[in-house]
Amino acid sequence: MTASASLPDRRAGGAGGLRLRRLRGHSILPGFGVSLGITLAYLGVIVVLPLTALALRPWELGPAGIWRELSDDRVAAALKLSFSLSAYAALLNAPLGLLIAWTLVRYRFPGQRILDALVDLPFALPTAVAGIALTAIYAPNGPMGALAAKVGLKTAYSPLGIFIALVFIGLPFVVRAIQPVLQDLDREVEEAAQTLGANDLQRVAYVVMPALGPAMISGVSLAFARAVGEYGSVVFIAGNMPMKTEIAPLLIVIKLEQYDYAGAAAVGLAMLAISFGALIVINTVQILLARRGRT
Amino acid sequence: MSGRRIQLPGLAPLFVAASVAVMGVLVILPLITVFHDALSKGTGAFLAAIREPDAIAAIKLTLIVAAIAVPLNAVFGVAAAWTVTKFDFRGKGVLLTVLDLPFSISPVISGLVWVLLFGAQGWFGEWLTDHDVKIVFALPGLVLATILVTLPFVARELIPLMQDQGSDEEVAAITLGAGGFTTFWRITLPNIKWALLYGVLLCNARAMGEFGAVSVVSGHIRGLTNTLPLHVEVLYNDYDFVGAFAAASILASLGLVTLVLKTVLEWRYSGELSASRRH
Amino acid sequence: MNFRPAADTEASELSLEISGISKAFGRFPALNNVSLQARDREFLALLGPSGSGKTTLLRVLAGLERPDAGEVRFGGEDFLALPVRRRRVGMVFQHYALFRHMTVAQNIAFGLNVRRRSERPSREAVRARVADLLSLVQLEGLEKRFPAQLSGGQRQRVALARALAIEPRMLLLDEPFGALDAQVRRELRHWLRELHDRAGVTTVFVTHDQEEALDLADRVAILKDGELVQLGAPNTLYENPATPFVYDFLGPACRLSGRVEGPRLTVADWETAAPKDAADGPVEVFFRPDEVAFAPADGAGLAAQVRAVAARGPEVRIECLIEGQVLELKAHQSQPPAGVAPGLSVRVKPLRLRVYPA
Repeated sequence: MTASASLPDRRAGGAGGLRLRRLRGHSILPGFGVSLGITLAYLGVIVVLPLTALALRPWELGPAGIWRELSDDRVAAALKLSFSLSAYAALLNAPLGLLIAWTLVRYRFPGQRILDALVDLPFALPTAVAGIALTAIYAPNGPMGALAAKVGLKTAYSPLGIFIALVFIGLPFVVRAIQPVLQDLDREVEEAAQTLGANDLQRVAYVVMPALGPAMISGVSLAFARAVGEYGSVVFIAGNMPMKTEIAPLLIVIKLEQYDYAGAAAVGLAMLAISFGALIVINTVQILLARRGRT
Repeated sequence: MSGRRIQLPGLAPLFVAASVAVMGVLVILPLITVFHDALSKGTGAFLAAIREPDAIAAIKLTLIVAAIAVPLNAVFGVAAAWTVTKFDFRGKGVLLTVLDLPFSISPVISGLVWVLLFGAQGWFGEWLTDHDVKIVFALPGLVLATILVTLPFVARELIPLMQDQGSDEEVAAITLGAGGFTTFWRITLPNIKWALLYGVLLCNARAMGEFGAVSVVSGHIRGLTNTLPLHVEVLYNDYDFVGAFAAASILASLGLVTLVLKTVLEWRYSGELSASRRH
Repeated sequence: MNFRPAADTEASELSLEISGISKAFGRFPALNNVSLQARDREFLALLGPSGSGKTTLLRVLAGLERPDAGEVRFGGEDFLALPVRRRRVGMVFQHYALFRHMTVAQNIAFGLNVRRRSERPSREAVRARVADLLSLVQLEGLEKRFPAQLSGGQRQRVALARALAIEPRMLLLDEPFGALDAQVRRELRHWLRELHDRAGVTTVFVTHDQEEALDLADRVAILKDGELVQLGAPNTLYENPATPFVYDFLGPACRLSGRVEGPRLTVADWETAAPKDAADGPVEVFFRPDEVAFAPADGAGLAAQVRAVAARGPEVRIECLIEGQVLELKAHQSQPPAGVAPGLSVRVKPLRLRVYPA
């Protein structure tokens, strides 16, 4: 057996194989062509093709038409509602998520493992189930809804109801983003702060929190992205009144039912564009923070 | 070294109480409500609601959709993870971004795109009507929407783990004369089997519970194109609350089983899952 | 720049007194009734293998562990009654524990900035102090760097500067050079000793490297399995190790069995004068492999069969079979022993030895 025969032949496939080789550099593991092919084909059909349809469809209205579509009062209100409430919910999830992550990592108490597992419930529970359950709780005749009514708050069929639902579904993202970082925090650094005379508050503020910063930003942005597109958990409790409690995803569904494909696609595209814009900003902030020598 | 954590001893009970309160109101209360409201008119009504033909059809449809979508995504996930972690090539970053896209887009959009392609006024709409093929408002549409939504789950579990594990074992196998498939089957697969199971578990939970995407492509035809989550919506809009919560309780149980299995996997096989899943 | 401890510490002979400290982690006894004292401004090394309890003892001094029993008095004060942040000890950790999101200057200034307003120096004073410390540790110009941008040796010096910034009354170092390579370690060793001499601070230094401890310290405390085995000046310890463990720990050792009867010590077929205070009976005889003389087979000494001779750097290594044991003896290249070649029978005479009861 010659030396070259004991290694898989890299030039499989003739000319196409040559191109593959240049694409992939050097690797003696086989299967590149097959696996790449499957991956690209699948992604192409399932993701790229449909999203291309989404990107192109609005343009049959022409740029002016798209602008008219998006600046329509109802559409603008829905987009504004979705994005602003998602942002508020994600921001509230920051202290809540920090509280829960801190408690799970730093303390020992009975039932801790169960609490830890339950953090993922909003993630594992089907959205429609969450939707009707939240509505039942926060409706005027539900347990929390009645309590809120006593203080004059309307928690169902109102923006507040949507807000609560969005906090519910965003929680696991923030907790799970903070937990591992908190867990891996170098104990010695906190001890050093103590030996240098810092009290507990100073230790947490100056040593622990800065280390958690990037993780919190990451978790909050994930919660935000999820909240913006959320449908099932929200659509039952929202009330869905146009201009008041109508979320953008619902508007898309309505437009589709009216066979206004281009309009629906326009709203969808706008949602994507704004979401990606927000995420790029967040990522840039994270990179800038990371450049200060952290991590 | 003792694993004792530095604590704020005085505040511990406060933190624990506050956390339990937050979790209790936000998470546990909805869970309890589902089962409570499902049984509010007694177990008789509960069982009747579940045994209803439309409910049974919905359950069946949910199972079929998952049975098609999940294995496909699993195979794709393995292929994608193999491609990305064992080879270096230009455009890998783009591929990873595309892979993550379904995670960042609204489920409604994940359903919308199929209507844009295969709906009556979609790109292929005319061709489909001419050939009397139904995708949207039929099973294929449901499957496609579910596949798109749950596409990244398996790959996202496998890629970090396989990256961590490296290719040394596979390379050794090749030098010993093993072929490509054999190497994958006997070397790689055993190393990733728990992560694969974990990814399939999450993928399945999401596939069975998906609402927004399938709602758009479904057409809401009772008994025909309603998955269980959609059935919940239909019943709820009809004010059949017991029925709706009964169906919801089945889904909630699915969610709980998923949580339990997930936790078991995380605690028993933590070394063989990706680093972020370890405890 | 004056780094002396503040006036609250009297220049008492014994500034640090540790009495009867015990600490167990679960069922594992890390420290067992350890007592020792350190003089004011002394450089004390805690030396021992891993698991000996040295780091635990250091952490008890810092306040990071609470002992189960015992007392610590520093300058007459009950040290254990103070919480960590009030002890004013400067601690340097094995992996530096620098605040990675703060600059070098901010790291060093930390201990000053977290003081109560009434005790906090002005911003100008802090800045001046940081600058002085940076020049003391020879890192001028690196104020605005982040720890990630420094080498290991530089990080260690920042950690030291940070600990010194609070004018500590005691400096605690936990294997500070453990993570550095040999060359850097040696340089920093001498530099640390000079720093200590200038600053005049009582220093407790934990290490498992006997060469380091013997090189640096005024006195060395040897710990094993949570107990203090011997405490003394480096030379004393090296010349008069109290137990076989200490002898073996402080340097390469050859060990044989022998017997003491009256004034004579017998090892195999070699007789020699027994050490002065040796008790009668079976003993273990220790000697250093480089403190031997070689003689021809008919001379005085232990019967040995030379198996191999190898020149390695400055040493000549002579592998011999003595009393069923293979011992590696050493001679210096400049004075290679005559008549020693593989296969030959020779006599090996230890020039110095110590005996311990068997």
